[in-house]
Amino acid sequence: MTDATHTRGDDRGVATTTLAPPAASPAAARSRVLDPRYLIAGLITAVLIAAQLRYHMVGGYARLAVALGTCVATEALLSWFIRGKVVNLQSAYISGISLTLLTKPQGATLWPFVLGGFLAIASKYVLQYRNNHVWNPTNFAIVVLLLAATNKISVLSHQWGNELVTNLVIWGFGLVIATRVRVVHITLTYVASFLILNAVRALVLGQPVLAEIAPITGPMYQLFVFFMITDPRTVVRDRRWQIAVAVIIALVETLIRFGSDQAWPMPIAFNAAPALVALFLVGPIAKVMDLRRPQRKAA
Amino acid sequence: MALPFFAAIGLAAYMDREPEPISVSAANPGFVLHDEAARAGLTFVHQRPTFDATIANIEPHVAALGASVSVTDFDGDGWPDLYFTNSRFGAPNALYRNKRDGTFEDVAAATGLADVNQPGEGVSMGSVWGDFDNDGREDVLIYRYGNLSLFRNVDGKTFEDVTERAGLRRWVNSNGAIWLDYDRDGLLDLYVTAYFRGDVDLWHLSTTRIMHNSFEYATNGGKNLLFRNLGAGKFADVTDQLGVGSTRWTLAAASADFNDDGWPDIYLANDYGPEELYLNDHGKRFVLTTAGLQSESKSGMSVTIGDAFNRGRLDVFVTNISERGYLFQNNNLRLNRLAEENKFTNAADPVVADAGWAWGAQFGDLNNDGANELFVANGFISADRKANYWYAMSKIAGANSRLFEDSKTWPAFGNLSLSGYERSRVYLNRGAAGWVDVANAVGATDEYDGRAVALADLTNRGALDVVVANQNQPVVLYRNSLPAGAGSANHWIGFKLLGTRSNRSAIGAEVTVESGGTVQRRVIDGGMGFASQNDRRLHFGLGKREWVDRVVIRWPSGTRQILQRPTVDEMLTVTEPAR
Repeated sequence: MTDATHTRGDDRGVATTTLAPPAASPAAARSRVLDPRYLIAGLITAVLIAAQLRYHMVGGYARLAVALGTCVATEALLSWFIRGKVVNLQSAYISGISLTLLTKPQGATLWPFVLGGFLAIASKYVLQYRNNHVWNPTNFAIVVLLLAATNKISVLSHQWGNELVTNLVIWGFGLVIATRVRVVHITLTYVASFLILNAVRALVLGQPVLAEIAPITGPMYQLFVFFMITDPRTVVRDRRWQIAVAVIIALVETLIRFGSDQAWPMPIAFNAAPALVALFLVGPIAKVMDLRRPQRKAA
Repeated sequence: MALPFFAAIGLAAYMDREPEPISVSAANPGFVLHDEAARAGLTFVHQRPTFDATIANIEPHVAALGASVSVTDFDGDGWPDLYFTNSRFGAPNALYRNKRDGTFEDVAAATGLADVNQPGEGVSMGSVWGDFDNDGREDVLIYRYGNLSLFRNVDGKTFEDVTERAGLRRWVNSNGAIWLDYDRDGLLDLYVTAYFRGDVDLWHLSTTRIMHNSFEYATNGGKNLLFRNLGAGKFADVTDQLGVGSTRWTLAAASADFNDDGWPDIYLANDYGPEELYLNDHGKRFVLTTAGLQSESKSGMSVTIGDAFNRGRLDVFVTNISERGYLFQNNNLRLNRLAEENKFTNAADPVVADAGWAWGAQFGDLNNDGANELFVANGFISADRKANYWYAMSKIAGANSRLFEDSKTWPAFGNLSLSGYERSRVYLNRGAAGWVDVANAVGATDEYDGRAVALADLTNRGALDVVVANQNQPVVLYRNSLPAGAGSANHWIGFKLLGTRSNRSAIGAEVTVESGGTVQRRVIDGGMGFASQNDRRLHFGLGKREWVDRVVIRWPSGTRQILQRPTVDEMLTVTEPAR
């Protein structure tokens, strides 16, 4: 999900998203001391451990080993082969854990974790625009797997225990870290947009509002809002545009949900994981448009 | 780089394809199933219940259980009879007496077991048969969403309601019960599973907070109950004393001695939660053990015990939910490795793991080749073929517990299907080569909402037939046709056990057949699968082997009996020796 790997900037000087704040505030100083990437990796590790200890979410350590191994090995090999050096593997680590948590295969099948891990990391090297990848790696892998292998893959949507305390702990830690990484406005914008748009949708369709906004309390959304939609490498550069894109993603998701309500003929992936599909559709378009804007906007 | 990348996407699509259907011949899989319910006179059609209007939005879901089937020989004539439950007020249950010519007649009304679904009492969810008073006649407990009812078999023709006298009058929203002799005193005890809480009256609700507090780890269900048979027709609630009062929304239970210590243990399949194994500590208490069962929490629907790979062990098959794109909880084939590793290991390959929304299942050697097949009934709610509830389910299932447990938060079902129109699976056991689904090839092609499955040799010919009770739909009787004639037929052997020091029904007795280097082990069940009970006569296929080297019978009393070189292709009646 969150791809915090620092890679070289492109030849035309298109900047990577700056994670460290420009101002020298005390908070900024702390952020520089503690690399935000470690915060993100730490949070996803904590989520993994808690989910496994509390809910046995992993469903077999082989899945974790295969996903992590594939992501790390792919990242190491491709970066060495293409860039001549092995890059920081933290991004691959995060992707491996995210894939393990979000992907639920048929039976004890392991190949989705091999292909998913490879697709996630390789997408960063293959699907580029101006030397920047445009899809969040994990989002890309999961949606592609859902579209290509619906009979063998499902996405995490249920297994999280449904406990309020667990929700509050994850949301609490997530918000703190998102604040430190300076992406909390994206999270909050998306959540607010989701609540408003889907409440409206429920009212329009005459459905119970609580049922329509309930998914935001679920596990897939916790991973989505803290690790995927806020990925520093694939979000757009300007804060206002980041907010706008978050609204658009929520809007597209609402449209997909409306289509599901109306039984529009759509791939199952759209019904099962509308948030992931919305990001899959909107994210790269927004990123490409962002990369085409003059560089000064990046500052 | 682009080439392997896009090749990986193509490979994912390739891996998504369905397995090629296997070629089938007379020798493989070696049996054919025909639905002969109508021809046999089994005209029973289950009717689902209706409930309080406050849960009308999810009534199709709450009212989706109740079709059950139990095999019994209530008149003691040596021919298996069938009992089906109904779930609408006023709708009768059916007791089909075997007429010994391949047909049945419904005698429920005459015996007093028909008119048992009444306001104030609740509606039937299933039945379980056993001779609780050791008088040689099979009695029956009917469990309901409502009160339990115990009927004593008076004379093989009529039954009397002895619930009150037995001390069993209790409101339990139950989907399952089993007979077992947990203390080995020769009297059948009773374990009743509970689904909704005991204070929930589904026809007069005071709250809509009646649902599960978690999709995966729900603990707010009804409390399971263990009743000890005190003799003289009396039972006592020993649930707390024995430590078996799970509140995990249990849908099915089965009992066997999994750890070979001589005491029957209890295995639970819990909806919205992990399976549970209660090991029996010398009849004094039960100890809840993880035994590797906690690794994935699921929605257990059915517990089936059998020797999956002729290891002489009692393994467990538990059904779960799989819906492509949405949810793979996957069925579990738990291989018993308690002796070596103190746990079960899950050996379900993708073929067995994904049967759809699976319900009742049973192990049974359908082709008499000496290895168990698996029959799995599937499908939850069949309504509109073009629209389903899965998208709606995905919204509410991940929600916080306060939202999930409140039925009024759930999106309305309307006429939507939920894993509807699914077909049954018949998994052929190929040993190390894995299981393969031959349902279509052998003729198990119905798309009913299957619930309970029971196996029995209905015509005493040496072949297991399959009976399926379907929710709100007709029953199916899959008559099993095996190749006949010299050289083509596999051999078999059957056992009808009569307990003396053990309970008369011999429930809990184990038979191990050793033949030509293979070992098969089976246990007489007092309820197994989902809302079902098999023929208590044990059936073993032998393949082409024309002899059995040795048969070991382990009676619930602890008596070990050995039969040397018994005759094959016969049903042997064995009475428990005095010592």
